[in-house]
Amino acid sequence: MSRITFEKVNRSFVRGGESFQALADVDLVVEDREFVAIVGPSGCGKTTLMRMVAGLEFPSAGSVRVDDVEITEPGPDRAVVFQAFALFPWKSVEDNIGFGLKCKGMAAPERAKIIKRFIELMGLGGYEKAYPHQLSGGMQQRVAIARSYALDPGVLLMDEPFGALDAQTRVGMQEELIRLSRLNPRTVLFITHAVEEAVYLADRVVVMSRRPGRIKEIIDVRSVREREGWNDLVHIEEVMDTASFVHLRTRIWKLLREQHDAAAPAQAQAH
Amino acid sequence: MAEVTRGTRHGRSKMALLSALGMIGFFVFWQLLSMSGWFPPKYLPGPVTVVQTMLALSHDKYSGATLWGHLMASLGRFGIGFLLAAAIGIPLGLLMGWYRWLDDIVSPFFEALRFVAPIAWVPFAGLWFGTGIGGPTLIIFSGAFPPCLINAYRGAKYVDKRLLEAARTLGASGPRIVAEVLLPASLPSILAGLRVSAGIGWQSLVGAELIVVGSGVGYMMVQGQLNVDTPIVMAGMVAIGLVGVVIDFILRSTELRIKKHWGR
Repeated sequence: MSRITFEKVNRSFVRGGESFQALADVDLVVEDREFVAIVGPSGCGKTTLMRMVAGLEFPSAGSVRVDDVEITEPGPDRAVVFQAFALFPWKSVEDNIGFGLKCKGMAAPERAKIIKRFIELMGLGGYEKAYPHQLSGGMQQRVAIARSYALDPGVLLMDEPFGALDAQTRVGMQEELIRLSRLNPRTVLFITHAVEEAVYLADRVVVMSRRPGRIKEIIDVRSVREREGWNDLVHIEEVMDTASFVHLRTRIWKLLREQHDAAAPAQAQAH
Repeated sequence: MAEVTRGTRHGRSKMALLSALGMIGFFVFWQLLSMSGWFPPKYLPGPVTVVQTMLALSHDKYSGATLWGHLMASLGRFGIGFLLAAAIGIPLGLLMGWYRWLDDIVSPFFEALRFVAPIAWVPFAGLWFGTGIGGPTLIIFSGAFPPCLINAYRGAKYVDKRLLEAARTLGASGPRIVAEVLLPASLPSILAGLRVSAGIGWQSLVGAELIVVGSGVGYMMVQGQLNVDTPIVMAGMVAIGLVGVVIDFILRSTELRIKKHWGR
């Protein structure tokens, strides 16, 4: 069981003597083994929400809990996949994947078995001894995902994990993530600004408003996916071609545009 | 592109030529000056005399040992002081870079002690550790220690924060982060620090050997001074310079090899 609860989460910070509110009264429950994507304009605090679950940042008020335990520090039960991969450049592929397991105190033979499984699963065969700088961006992110998955975490946190990849690699990784998350369902909090990606991957999409970040709307994608049989389609472009996908995507775009238009006059006045 | 390549190659050979000309010019000037008769040859021996003295010293003993014997005694002390400085300075610097409380405890002492030059340690080192192995080692240590500590500390402070966050979310403990993230990430900085440290340590050597009885290049030079034997003093200086260049060369090539291995 790994259920994430955000309760009246507020976050403010002081910059140049002035106080800014980054997040305002965020209430959200991510159910066990649910895949939730958060989309929103940049600066809406979506990454901050993820970092709070990771234990890298903390709310100014309110609480963030996993299975009703308040988060006080980072831990291997909540693995993070970062946008910039954050692989250890001095460690080989297998040592990067095995790092978290080593931290857990797992013995080398047992570790090697898990590493081998993820090398195969992520299509990294033949690159066990390679160093990150010898790999393409897509392969580096596969290593980072394997490194997180290897820990068998209850919660998987992904901060725009495909943001640094080119369009084709990105599509491949999205399909792979769907495959992986069906194989090993986890509670996933996925931060992105790509609407298609969110609709394609998530059970629910949380749309956030401009600063101060609030939840504007939560869109249920799962029921549509099940009803429309997206899971039977092999490729992402087939899913993206269905009327139901287009409808959801357009709805989210509209929500994001409303905020943009709402913010625009205010900015015009400021000038 | 070809133009540029040829340009740099040309620049490099030109640079080597100028360096060689400078060196030759200096030795010729020195030789002529010593032959001019303006200064008593006892006080200004020419380079030829100094080289002859060095060759003679390589088999004849002066003040109890040949030049090799003195150099080995000096290198031994240097090695102990330098390794001790690295063995304490690098881990301490890294730990200070991770544990804020340790930084707060050590920094004030360190900042103040840093201004006590290695040579200023001589009286204290003599009183406390004697003139055997302890005193000189302490003086070399006092010169070699700060660059080790400072560079390890700076390296640890400037580590990519994302790597630290990744390590923490993967469940790494403090000591493991220091050993497996801060140390490798700081290695370029640490290696640069070791080179500075070796340089200062080797420079502090003569100061250290002023209080040593019996051996070492510094001791040999002091004896030369007492006997108004300028060629001996200069031979010691040249030997110190040459050994310094060799030490720097070894550390520099080690640095390059390690950097190449990690492809950074």
